[in-house]
Amino acid sequence: MWSLLQIEMFKISRRPRTYIAFAAISAIVLIFQFAFKADGSSYMNLMLQSVQDSFELDRIKAINGYFMCYIILNTLLVQVPILVALIAGDAISGEANMGTLRLLLTKPVSRTQLLLVKFMASFIFTVALLLWMAVMALFLSMAIFGVDDMLIFRVSGEESQILQIGADDVLWRYFAAFGYAAIALTVIAALALLLSIYAENSIGPIIATVCIVIICTIVSNIGVPIIDKNVKPWLFTSYLVGWKGFFYIGTNADGQPIPGSLENWPAIRKSLFILIAHIVILLGISIAVFRKKDILS
Amino acid sequence: MYHFIKLVTLFLFYSIASPAQDIETILEKASIKINQVNDYQASGKMKTNVAFLKVPVANITVYFKKPNKLKLKSEKGVSFIPKGAVSINMNSLLESDRFTIIDAGTEKINNVMMRVAKLLPLDDNSDVVLSTVYIDPSNFVICKAKTTTRENGTYELVMTYGKYIAYGLPDRIVFSFNTRDYKLPKGVTFDFDDGSEKKKPEDLKNKKGKAEIDFNSYSINKGVPDNIF
Repeated sequence: MWSLLQIEMFKISRRPRTYIAFAAISAIVLIFQFAFKADGSSYMNLMLQSVQDSFELDRIKAINGYFMCYIILNTLLVQVPILVALIAGDAISGEANMGTLRLLLTKPVSRTQLLLVKFMASFIFTVALLLWMAVMALFLSMAIFGVDDMLIFRVSGEESQILQIGADDVLWRYFAAFGYAAIALTVIAALALLLSIYAENSIGPIIATVCIVIICTIVSNIGVPIIDKNVKPWLFTSYLVGWKGFFYIGTNADGQPIPGSLENWPAIRKSLFILIAHIVILLGISIAVFRKKDILS
Repeated sequence: MYHFIKLVTLFLFYSIASPAQDIETILEKASIKINQVNDYQASGKMKTNVAFLKVPVANITVYFKKPNKLKLKSEKGVSFIPKGAVSINMNSLLESDRFTIIDAGTEKINNVMMRVAKLLPLDDNSDVVLSTVYIDPSNFVICKAKTTTRENGTYELVMTYGKYIAYGLPDRIVFSFNTRDYKLPKGVTFDFDDGSEKKKPEDLKNKKGKAEIDFNSYSINKGVPDNIF
């Protein structure tokens, strides 16, 4: 199984499309960093527009590496599912398209093993993508903008809030958030892999995955009470942004942040459980379908 | 007998003719006290209590230089400094030539009978519309001040004195101010809805902001460079 995984990783590394994801992330991050270095205070003015008459804030200190990474992740984690789908959606359908799937299955490897290896390879790719994001969005931003207390602008219900996290209380939250994001994106990989089983070329499952993510994201955020109550809890896209929960710091009765605390850890834990359940179910369906599939190509 | 009657008459005359100190004199004495301070640098902690702002207690340094320069700086980290906090500088309030002073009687605060003065600015274009100051007549220090401005609402300051009372500098200031309801521009964040019960918007409106500053130490008349302001 290990050698099968190595072969799979080798195949992924030889495909030019693999590097499109890394290049896209690098480009987006660099553009953000340049824009904020050049005129970050405009963004801060936008976020503080309703209170800038009442408060003074050192905007240079506020736009630091931690804040930058949060802003970049906020944007990127909407697009990264597309990049994950590029690889995972190609896993089985790519073999079918090239006519190598039937040949592959003549080897002494079970279909379950083959599918698990394809899934593992997609997971490793997802983690590699997130590590690259951490390097570019977090560590490079820390080097360019320095570190200081982190501000979080948040809408909670109908209330807007500004949370401040001490500089020495941030880094562990990022590690936890990247860990959470890895699980959230693995759901996308599992979905793309399932769709990949049904297709004979890569474009179909990639586009289908992206469409499902977009539609479900819109439904998750549409804000219609009946949908929020009955549909939203069942959509995995409602939990994709759960990584933000690690930045919602707990506060005391006076509204002061408590270092090292989370506002709602049970909600994050529940979201993680739901995402893992999605992975297990999608992977289970994939195995069941693939085992019974009549391979003709 | 004649001398006795003369003495009693004189005593009664002075008793009637010299009432308790008039409000101008009290303000003048408070002003003299504060004017001993040409500059100071004070370190302290600021606790901000505003509904939408979840920020930690900040270590701040306050710099002051005559006649009217005042700056609050955070020693470390990011800080939200209420803009009206510059009104903690009492010097501007006590420049009697800039105000018409009206005696507004007395009021008891913390079991101390305060003299109340209303200060109306002489300058028609002044941002300050009206200031009401509550002065401790025995120590000649301002214990409370309410300032109504044209642009920035009403500020209220409550001051508690200790070690630095001789200079008219407080150990603790509670600064209350009006805050607007904070609203993030729509569509800029995709937030994680954790399913918890949210506060009703009515609970969040019409709340006053409060900043409590506790000073640890003052460095008085040691010089403060101009580039700080």
